[in-house]
Amino acid sequence: MSDGAQRVAVPAPLKRTITSNAVGIGVASFAYALSFGAIAVSTGLSVWQTQAMSVLMFTGASQFALVSVLGAGGGLIAAVLTAWLLGARNGIYGLSMAPLLRARGLRRLVGAQLTIDESTAMALANPSPPAAARYAFWSTGVSVFVLWNTGTLIGALGAAAIGDPSMLGLDAAISAAFIALLWPRLVDRTMWAVALAGAGVALVLTPVLRPGLPVLAAALVAVLASVMIGRRT
Amino acid sequence: MMWAAVLAGSLGCYVAKVVGFLLPASVLENATVRRVSGLMPVALMAALVVVQTFAQGQSLVLDARAAGLVAAIIALMLRAPFLVVVLVAAITAAGLRALGLAA
Repeated sequence: MSDGAQRVAVPAPLKRTITSNAVGIGVASFAYALSFGAIAVSTGLSVWQTQAMSVLMFTGASQFALVSVLGAGGGLIAAVLTAWLLGARNGIYGLSMAPLLRARGLRRLVGAQLTIDESTAMALANPSPPAAARYAFWSTGVSVFVLWNTGTLIGALGAAAIGDPSMLGLDAAISAAFIALLWPRLVDRTMWAVALAGAGVALVLTPVLRPGLPVLAAALVAVLASVMIGRRT
Repeated sequence: MMWAAVLAGSLGCYVAKVVGFLLPASVLENATVRRVSGLMPVALMAALVVVQTFAQGQSLVLDARAAGLVAAIIALMLRAPFLVVVLVAAITAAGLRALGLAA
Protein backbone atom coordinates (compact mmCIF):
# COMPACT_ATOMS: atom_id res chain seq x y z
CA MET A 1 0.00 0.00 0.00
CA SER A 2 1.44 3.33 -1.03
CA ASP A 3 -0.29 5.28 1.73
CA GLY A 4 1.74 3.37 4.36
CA ALA A 5 2.63 6.08 6.90
CA GLN A 6 -0.67 7.95 6.98
CA ARG A 7 -2.67 4.73 6.93
CA VAL A 8 -5.49 4.94 9.47
CA ALA A 9 -6.91 1.74 10.89
CA VAL A 10 -10.65 1.11 10.90
CA PRO A 11 -12.08 1.84 14.39
CA ALA A 12 -13.35 -1.39 15.98
CA PRO A 13 -17.03 -0.34 16.36
CA LEU A 14 -17.16 0.81 12.74
CA LYS A 15 -15.55 -2.44 11.64
CA ARG A 16 -18.18 -4.44 13.53
CA THR A 17 -21.00 -2.45 11.91
CA ILE A 18 -19.52 -2.93 8.45
CA THR A 19 -19.06 -6.66 9.04
CA SER A 20 -22.63 -7.16 10.18
CA ASN A 21 -23.98 -5.12 7.25
CA ALA A 22 -21.81 -7.12 4.84
CA VAL A 23 -23.19 -10.39 6.22
CA GLY A 24 -26.75 -9.01 6.08
CA ILE A 25 -26.37 -8.05 2.42
CA GLY A 26 -24.87 -11.49 1.74
CA VAL A 27 -27.89 -13.20 3.34
CA ALA A 28 -30.26 -11.10 1.22
CA SER A 29 -28.35 -12.09 -1.91
CA PHE A 30 -28.51 -15.74 -0.80
CA ALA A 31 -32.31 -15.56 -0.95
CA TYR A 32 -32.10 -13.93 -4.35
CA ALA A 33 -29.65 -16.58 -5.56
CA LEU A 34 -32.01 -19.38 -4.50
CA SER A 35 -34.58 -18.02 -6.94
CA PHE A 36 -31.94 -17.51 -9.64
CA GLY A 37 -30.68 -21.09 -9.34
CA ALA A 38 -34.20 -22.50 -9.47
CA ILE A 39 -35.30 -20.32 -12.37
CA ALA A 40 -32.16 -20.96 -14.46
CA VAL A 41 -32.46 -24.74 -14.14
CA SER A 42 -36.17 -24.71 -14.93
CA THR A 43 -35.47 -22.59 -18.02
CA GLY A 44 -33.26 -25.38 -19.33
CA LEU A 45 -29.75 -24.66 -18.09
CA SER A 46 -27.87 -27.46 -16.34
CA VAL A 47 -26.82 -27.14 -12.70
CA TRP A 48 -23.21 -26.68 -13.89
CA GLN A 49 -24.11 -23.93 -16.35
CA THR A 50 -26.15 -22.17 -13.69
CA GLN A 51 -23.31 -22.39 -11.18
CA ALA A 52 -20.74 -21.27 -13.76
CA MET A 53 -22.76 -18.10 -14.27
CA SER A 54 -22.78 -17.27 -10.58
CA VAL A 55 -19.01 -17.83 -10.30
CA LEU A 56 -17.90 -16.28 -13.60
CA MET A 57 -20.53 -13.67 -14.43
CA PHE A 58 -21.36 -12.78 -10.81
CA THR A 59 -23.76 -9.95 -11.49
CA GLY A 60 -27.40 -10.77 -10.80
CA ALA A 61 -29.31 -8.67 -13.30
CA SER A 62 -27.16 -9.90 -16.21
CA GLN A 63 -27.59 -13.51 -15.07
CA PHE A 64 -31.38 -13.18 -14.90
CA ALA A 65 -31.41 -11.37 -18.26
CA LEU A 66 -29.42 -14.09 -20.00
CA VAL A 67 -31.78 -16.75 -18.67
CA SER A 68 -34.88 -14.72 -19.50
CA VAL A 69 -33.89 -13.91 -23.10
CA LEU A 70 -32.76 -17.50 -23.77
CA GLY A 71 -35.98 -18.81 -22.23
CA ALA A 72 -38.06 -16.50 -24.45
CA GLY A 73 -36.34 -17.90 -27.54
CA GLY A 74 -34.31 -14.74 -28.11
CA GLY A 75 -31.22 -16.64 -29.18
CA LEU A 76 -27.60 -16.53 -28.16
CA ILE A 77 -26.55 -13.13 -29.49
CA ALA A 78 -29.45 -11.13 -28.07
CA ALA A 79 -29.11 -12.92 -24.72
CA VAL A 80 -25.38 -12.24 -24.47
CA LEU A 81 -25.71 -8.61 -25.61
CA THR A 82 -28.42 -7.91 -23.02
CA ALA A 83 -26.25 -9.43 -20.29
CA TRP A 84 -23.27 -7.32 -21.41
CA LEU A 85 -25.26 -4.07 -21.52
CA LEU A 86 -26.56 -4.70 -18.00
CA GLY A 87 -23.08 -5.68 -16.80
CA ALA A 88 -21.45 -2.57 -18.25
CA ARG A 89 -22.46 -0.57 -15.18
CA ASN A 90 -19.99 -2.61 -13.10
CA GLY A 91 -17.23 -1.09 -15.25
CA ILE A 92 -18.48 2.35 -14.22
CA TYR A 93 -18.32 1.25 -10.58
CA GLY A 94 -14.76 0.03 -11.24
CA LEU A 95 -13.73 3.53 -12.28
CA SER A 96 -14.34 4.77 -8.74
CA MET A 97 -13.32 1.56 -6.93
CA ALA A 98 -9.87 1.27 -8.59
CA PRO A 99 -8.35 4.43 -7.06
CA LEU A 100 -9.82 3.47 -3.68
CA LEU A 101 -8.54 -0.11 -3.63
CA ARG A 102 -5.22 0.59 -5.40
CA ALA A 103 -4.89 -3.16 -5.88
CA ARG A 104 -2.30 -4.71 -8.16
CA GLY A 105 -1.89 -8.06 -9.89
CA LEU A 106 -4.13 -10.89 -8.74
CA ARG A 107 -5.77 -8.69 -6.11
CA ARG A 108 -6.89 -6.32 -8.81
CA LEU A 109 -8.31 -9.14 -10.94
CA VAL A 110 -10.24 -10.48 -7.93
CA GLY A 111 -11.34 -6.99 -6.90
CA ALA A 112 -12.70 -6.38 -10.40
CA GLN A 113 -14.81 -9.54 -10.24
CA LEU A 114 -16.21 -8.46 -6.83
CA THR A 115 -17.19 -5.02 -8.17
CA ILE A 116 -21.00 -5.15 -8.18
CA ASP A 117 -23.91 -3.01 -6.93
CA GLU A 118 -23.60 -4.16 -3.32
CA SER A 119 -19.83 -3.91 -2.75
CA THR A 120 -19.67 -0.52 -4.49
CA ALA A 121 -22.59 0.85 -2.49
CA MET A 122 -21.04 -0.31 0.79
CA ALA A 123 -17.65 1.23 -0.09
CA LEU A 124 -19.31 4.54 -1.01
CA ALA A 125 -21.43 4.47 2.16
CA ASN A 126 -18.30 4.24 4.37
CA PRO A 127 -15.95 6.81 2.81
CA SER A 128 -13.83 7.64 5.83
CA PRO A 129 -11.21 6.55 6.66
CA PRO A 130 -10.34 5.05 3.25
CA ALA A 131 -9.40 1.83 5.04
CA ALA A 132 -13.05 1.52 6.12
CA ALA A 133 -14.20 1.93 2.53
CA ARG A 134 -11.75 -0.75 1.44
CA TYR A 135 -12.86 -3.07 4.24
CA ALA A 136 -16.52 -2.44 3.32
CA PHE A 137 -15.78 -3.29 -0.32
CA TRP A 138 -13.88 -6.52 0.35
CA SER A 139 -16.10 -7.81 3.17
CA THR A 140 -19.29 -7.18 1.19
CA GLY A 141 -17.81 -8.55 -2.03
CA VAL A 142 -16.62 -11.78 -0.39
CA SER A 143 -19.81 -12.21 1.66
CA VAL A 144 -22.05 -11.77 -1.39
CA PHE A 145 -19.82 -13.99 -3.57
CA VAL A 146 -19.90 -16.89 -1.10
CA LEU A 147 -23.61 -16.64 -0.28
CA TRP A 148 -24.66 -15.89 -3.87
CA ASN A 149 -22.92 -19.03 -5.06
CA THR A 150 -24.20 -21.17 -2.19
CA GLY A 151 -27.75 -19.97 -2.85
CA THR A 152 -27.41 -20.64 -6.56
CA LEU A 153 -26.29 -24.21 -5.94
CA ILE A 154 -29.11 -24.98 -3.49
CA GLY A 155 -31.73 -23.37 -5.76
CA ALA A 156 -30.42 -25.18 -8.84
CA LEU A 157 -30.28 -28.58 -7.13
CA GLY A 158 -33.75 -28.01 -5.64
CA ALA A 159 -35.27 -27.17 -9.02
CA ALA A 160 -33.49 -30.11 -10.67
CA ALA A 161 -35.12 -32.39 -8.07
CA ILE A 162 -38.63 -30.96 -8.45
CA GLY A 163 -39.08 -31.61 -12.17
CA ASP A 164 -41.78 -29.77 -14.13
CA PRO A 165 -41.48 -26.17 -12.98
CA SER A 166 -43.99 -24.43 -15.25
CA MET A 167 -46.80 -25.23 -12.83
CA LEU A 168 -44.79 -23.55 -10.06
CA GLY A 169 -45.20 -20.11 -11.58
CA LEU A 170 -41.49 -19.68 -12.17
CA ASP A 171 -42.12 -17.60 -15.29
CA ALA A 172 -43.97 -15.12 -13.07
CA ALA A 173 -41.08 -15.32 -10.61
CA ILE A 174 -38.68 -13.98 -13.27
CA SER A 175 -40.95 -10.97 -13.86
CA ALA A 176 -41.01 -10.43 -10.12
CA ALA A 177 -37.22 -10.66 -9.93
CA PHE A 178 -36.83 -7.94 -12.55
CA ILE A 179 -39.40 -5.62 -11.00
CA ALA A 180 -37.75 -6.11 -7.59
CA LEU A 181 -34.37 -5.17 -9.11
CA LEU A 182 -35.89 -2.16 -10.85
CA TRP A 183 -37.97 -0.88 -7.92
CA PRO A 184 -35.21 0.72 -5.79
CA ARG A 185 -33.91 2.58 -8.85
CA LEU A 186 -37.22 4.37 -9.47
CA VAL A 187 -36.26 7.30 -7.26
CA ASP A 188 -37.34 10.26 -9.37
CA ARG A 189 -39.40 11.32 -12.38
CA THR A 190 -36.55 10.81 -14.84
CA MET A 191 -36.13 7.19 -13.75
CA TRP A 192 -39.88 6.57 -14.01
CA ALA A 193 -39.99 8.16 -17.47
CA VAL A 194 -37.06 6.07 -18.71
CA ALA A 195 -38.56 2.89 -17.21
CA LEU A 196 -41.96 3.53 -18.81
CA ALA A 197 -40.38 4.42 -22.15
CA GLY A 198 -38.17 1.31 -22.07
CA ALA A 199 -41.15 -0.88 -21.19
CA GLY A 200 -43.32 0.79 -23.86
CA VAL A 201 -40.72 0.36 -26.61
CA ALA A 202 -40.22 -3.31 -25.74
CA LEU A 203 -43.98 -3.91 -25.68
CA VAL A 204 -44.66 -2.19 -29.01
CA LEU A 205 -41.75 -3.96 -30.74
CA THR A 206 -42.54 -7.45 -29.39
CA PRO A 207 -44.96 -8.37 -32.23
CA VAL A 208 -42.63 -6.84 -34.84
CA LEU A 209 -39.12 -8.01 -33.95
CA ARG A 210 -37.84 -11.45 -33.11
CA PRO A 211 -37.61 -12.32 -29.39
CA GLY A 212 -34.64 -10.72 -27.63
CA LEU A 213 -34.45 -7.63 -29.84
CA PRO A 214 -37.26 -5.60 -28.18
CA VAL A 215 -35.28 -5.59 -24.91
CA LEU A 216 -32.13 -4.47 -26.72
CA ALA A 217 -34.13 -1.68 -28.38
CA ALA A 218 -34.93 -0.39 -24.91
CA ALA A 219 -31.20 0.20 -24.41
CA LEU A 220 -31.45 2.87 -27.10
CA VAL A 221 -34.06 4.61 -24.95
CA ALA A 222 -31.47 5.00 -22.20
CA VAL A 223 -28.91 6.44 -24.61
CA LEU A 224 -31.44 8.81 -26.22
CA ALA A 225 -32.71 9.98 -22.83
CA SER A 226 -29.15 10.66 -21.65
CA VAL A 227 -28.39 12.77 -24.71
CA MET A 228 -31.69 14.66 -24.40
CA ILE A 229 -31.12 15.45 -20.72
CA GLY A 230 -27.61 16.63 -21.61
CA ARG A 231 -28.99 19.04 -24.22
CA ARG A 232 -31.60 20.42 -21.85
CA THR A 233 -29.22 21.19 -18.98
CA MET B 1 -25.45 -23.15 -27.30
CA MET B 2 -26.19 -22.78 -23.57
CA TRP B 3 -22.49 -23.08 -22.68
CA ALA B 4 -21.59 -20.59 -25.41
CA ALA B 5 -24.10 -18.08 -23.99
CA VAL B 6 -22.93 -18.66 -20.41
CA LEU B 7 -19.23 -18.31 -21.24
CA ALA B 8 -19.53 -15.42 -23.70
CA GLY B 9 -21.87 -13.56 -21.36
CA SER B 10 -19.56 -14.12 -18.39
CA LEU B 11 -16.44 -13.11 -20.31
CA GLY B 12 -18.01 -9.84 -21.48
CA CYS B 13 -19.27 -8.97 -18.00
CA TYR B 14 -15.83 -9.63 -16.50
CA VAL B 15 -14.06 -7.63 -19.21
CA ALA B 16 -16.36 -4.67 -18.39
CA LYS B 17 -15.32 -4.89 -14.73
CA VAL B 18 -11.59 -5.09 -15.53
CA VAL B 19 -11.78 -2.24 -18.06
CA GLY B 20 -13.34 -0.10 -15.32
CA PHE B 21 -10.28 -0.80 -13.17
CA LEU B 22 -7.85 0.06 -15.97
CA LEU B 23 -9.39 3.28 -17.31
CA PRO B 24 -8.64 6.58 -15.54
CA ALA B 25 -11.34 7.73 -13.10
CA SER B 26 -11.62 10.96 -15.09
CA VAL B 27 -13.92 9.10 -17.51
CA LEU B 28 -16.53 9.64 -14.80
CA GLU B 29 -16.31 13.42 -15.35
CA ASN B 30 -18.12 12.88 -18.64
CA ALA B 31 -21.75 13.63 -17.77
CA THR B 32 -23.18 11.51 -20.60
CA VAL B 33 -21.23 8.44 -19.43
CA ARG B 34 -22.61 8.91 -15.92
CA ARG B 35 -26.17 9.37 -17.15
CA VAL B 36 -26.13 6.42 -19.56
CA SER B 37 -24.77 4.14 -16.84
CA GLY B 38 -27.56 5.23 -14.49
CA LEU B 39 -30.37 4.97 -17.04
CA MET B 40 -29.29 1.82 -18.92
CA PRO B 41 -30.20 -0.69 -16.17
CA VAL B 42 -33.55 1.06 -15.64
CA ALA B 43 -34.57 0.92 -19.32
CA LEU B 44 -33.36 -2.66 -19.75
CA MET B 45 -34.94 -4.04 -16.59
CA ALA B 46 -38.26 -2.32 -17.32
CA ALA B 47 -38.19 -3.86 -20.80
CA LEU B 48 -37.36 -7.27 -19.33
CA VAL B 49 -40.31 -6.96 -16.92
CA VAL B 50 -42.87 -6.42 -19.67
CA VAL B 51 -41.39 -8.94 -22.11
CA GLN B 52 -41.12 -11.60 -19.42
CA THR B 53 -44.71 -10.88 -18.34
CA PHE B 54 -46.63 -10.28 -21.57
CA ALA B 55 -44.66 -11.84 -24.44
CA GLN B 56 -45.14 -15.33 -25.76
CA GLY B 57 -42.83 -15.59 -28.73
CA GLN B 58 -43.87 -12.60 -30.81
CA SER B 59 -47.42 -12.28 -29.49
CA LEU B 60 -48.63 -10.36 -26.47
CA VAL B 61 -50.80 -12.30 -24.04
CA LEU B 62 -52.48 -11.62 -20.73
CA ASP B 63 -52.11 -14.70 -18.53
CA ALA B 64 -51.25 -15.76 -14.98
CA ARG B 65 -47.87 -14.00 -15.21
CA ALA B 66 -49.62 -10.60 -15.22
CA ALA B 67 -51.42 -11.47 -12.00
CA GLY B 68 -48.08 -12.57 -10.58
CA LEU B 69 -46.54 -9.23 -11.50
CA VAL B 70 -49.37 -7.30 -9.84
CA ALA B 71 -48.87 -9.40 -6.70
CA ALA B 72 -45.14 -8.68 -6.81
CA ILE B 73 -45.72 -4.94 -7.09
CA ILE B 74 -48.08 -5.03 -4.11
CA ALA B 75 -45.45 -6.94 -2.13
CA LEU B 76 -42.83 -4.33 -3.08
CA MET B 77 -45.13 -1.51 -1.97
CA LEU B 78 -45.44 -3.30 1.36
CA ARG B 79 -41.60 -3.38 1.52
CA ALA B 80 -41.40 -7.16 1.39
CA PRO B 81 -37.90 -8.66 1.00
CA PHE B 82 -36.76 -10.03 -2.37
CA LEU B 83 -37.53 -13.69 -1.77
CA VAL B 84 -41.05 -12.87 -0.57
CA VAL B 85 -41.70 -10.76 -3.68
CA VAL B 86 -40.58 -13.60 -5.95
CA LEU B 87 -42.52 -16.25 -4.00
CA VAL B 88 -45.72 -14.19 -3.92
CA ALA B 89 -45.58 -13.83 -7.71
CA ALA B 90 -44.88 -17.52 -8.27
CA ILE B 91 -47.61 -18.67 -5.86
CA THR B 92 -50.16 -16.28 -7.39
CA ALA B 93 -49.46 -17.49 -10.93
CA ALA B 94 -49.30 -21.18 -9.94
CA GLY B 95 -52.48 -20.85 -7.87
CA LEU B 96 -54.49 -19.29 -10.70
CA ARG B 97 -53.28 -22.03 -13.06
CA ALA B 98 -54.09 -24.80 -10.60
CA LEU B 99 -57.60 -23.40 -10.19
CA GLY B 100 -57.97 -23.19 -13.96
CA LEU B 101 -58.56 -19.42 -13.76
CA ALA B 102 -55.66 -18.41 -16.01
CA ALA B 103 -53.33 -19.88 -18.59
